[in-house]
Amino acid sequence: MYKPTSLTARIAAFAATAAFGVAAHAANITGAGSTWVYPLVAKWSAAYAKETGTQVNYQSIGSGGGIAQIKAGTVAFGASDKPLKPEELAAAGLVQFPTAIAGEDIIYNLAGVKPGELILSGPLVADIYMGKVAKWNDPAIAKLNPGLKLPDMNITVVHRSDGSGTTFTFANYLSKVSPEWAKKVGVDTSIAWPTGVGGKGNEGIASYVQRIPGSIGYVEYAYILENHMSYARLINSAGKVVSPSLQGFQAAAANVDFTKAQDFYVILTDQPGDESWPISGCTWQILRKDAPKATNQEVTRFFAWGFDKGQDMARSIAFGPLPSSTVDAIKAYWTKNLGI
Amino acid sequence: MKAASSVIAGQPSVMRNGNPSAGKKVRFPADFLFRKLTGFIALLVSITLLAILVALIKEGSQALHVFGWRFFTTTDWDPVTNRFGALVFIVGTLISSAIAMLIAIPVSFGIALFISELAPNWLRGPVSTAVELLAAVPSIIYGMWGLLVFAPWFSSLEPWINDHIGAIPGLGILFRGPPMGIGMLTAGIVLGIMVIPFIASIMRDVFLVTPPALKESAYALGATTWEVARHVILPYTRTAVTGGIFLGLGRALGETMAVTFIIGNSNNLSASLLMPGSSIASVIANEFTEATTDLYKSSLLALGLILFLITFVVLVFAKLLLLRLQRNEGRKA
Repeated sequence: MYKPTSLTARIAAFAATAAFGVAAHAANITGAGSTWVYPLVAKWSAAYAKETGTQVNYQSIGSGGGIAQIKAGTVAFGASDKPLKPEELAAAGLVQFPTAIAGEDIIYNLAGVKPGELILSGPLVADIYMGKVAKWNDPAIAKLNPGLKLPDMNITVVHRSDGSGTTFTFANYLSKVSPEWAKKVGVDTSIAWPTGVGGKGNEGIASYVQRIPGSIGYVEYAYILENHMSYARLINSAGKVVSPSLQGFQAAAANVDFTKAQDFYVILTDQPGDESWPISGCTWQILRKDAPKATNQEVTRFFAWGFDKGQDMARSIAFGPLPSSTVDAIKAYWTKNLGI
Repeated sequence: MKAASSVIAGQPSVMRNGNPSAGKKVRFPADFLFRKLTGFIALLVSITLLAILVALIKEGSQALHVFGWRFFTTTDWDPVTNRFGALVFIVGTLISSAIAMLIAIPVSFGIALFISELAPNWLRGPVSTAVELLAAVPSIIYGMWGLLVFAPWFSSLEPWINDHIGAIPGLGILFRGPPMGIGMLTAGIVLGIMVIPFIASIMRDVFLVTPPALKESAYALGATTWEVARHVILPYTRTAVTGGIFLGLGRALGETMAVTFIIGNSNNLSASLLMPGSSIASVIANEFTEATTDLYKSSLLALGLILFLITFVVLVFAKLLLLRLQRNEGRKA
């Protein structure tokens, strides 16, 4: 009988292993988590290594992974786009503080409609993402865009397929502006989408939206800037029509009193203020209280350096620096909770 | 494996009995060590397999405990309320693989028959090599090709599918949907292309070892090429052909990256093949990094366990089928 002996040669087995190094010596900092903040940490750490010789090794494995790794104590800091509740922090012996502010926006594929021409409101976006507004010529869209010729075309909703802080911020905004969304769908890094197709990552959403006529998606602002995509203007909680911009994100952050919230547990979506961009977000760094003081000191020194000297670098990749009052509050928080 | 080890085991004793000189005896410990070493390696593979199974059961037990049988029969997948059910993904995995096999089996058969029977000698080498090279293409490349090249082209075809096939009563419901180019059908087609080289190269190999005497006798009796293929080559090679098909199926069931790119990643069940769906492998790839609650992570690992079991059942089924075929062959002879 014939035996397919060469089979083994044809079968390729792929094994993906992720190795997390424990901080071996003091001059190395290891961190893991959010993919959103990765460009910023990468930029800061390159400059920081040049200046101080301390290497920051950051692995962008996702916020969920970051939280799990810091809880397990395999890294010196974890980064998450979704803040942990103060009770959860207390239970796990963790502390958290914000890093930088970013934002996201709606993108669309509509022939003849230029970037920034389409105006949407939060409740309308929620209705579109729940499948209640399914055509571009729906009166609800036409009412906000009297000057635009909107086609009789189905809206194809595109969302993230992977768990993501971008989704968390987006869903958080929608549940603030639409009680129905809050009740039926809710907020998390992955949610049960009522309709639409899922793309992996910002690039997944972008490629679907660029290809499917009549589609709508949401991506990080930095991604819109880089790829010159058709973005929408949104109506913020003050009723003003705003374009996405760093100033808009920072305006949203300026209206939040980070200093008053316990463990900085504040989400920046739908903040008051004429200039506030409604879908602004933030990334948090999470540290262990019981880590060696030297390790925490290395980490806080790095982020203090970033708050201090990394602002232009942050702006260059569309991250808004934190207001100085917040930075002061973070430093006080370190002293209080970590003794640094 | 068994046959090989008994040959090795037999060798030293033959040597000792046949030629009991001291010089030859030196080889014995080396053979002994070699036997133990290979045995250990083979055992290690089995232990690894078992360990994976145990780990999946252990990690997935929380989800199975909380949801019970409903885990297999419900379509909820809601991380916000912590309600999880696997049905959408089980169905997605089975349907996308079924479409892949519907495409891959006839095409592979045609390729193998062409190479082994019909192609001129000078063409066999290049065509065989091309098929084998297809097997070496990493799956992520198929995913990117599917998303960036195939899907746009396919989306221009979908309005036609909607209007013509979608209009057929009954069957039509499978082919109605917005022309996105991605979805269950696209995933099935690309998966089909991915498994073709596996099935085709096995079929070609076994078709080529069919004894020429058998084929030539059939030709001499006036059989056409098709009749020879159908009544001589296929019956002679069906064991290996079945094996090849199941190998392809095993690959299609577990394929992750390419499917994630093109299946559409919607966790809702839909009747139409043109609509987006999800498979077990794709949802794990998508959601594992951000699975923050224990129950969520446990549900994803339970999905992994289900995929493991599906693949295992497919392999067992293939083995049983092969055994039955072999027994029948014996009876006929």
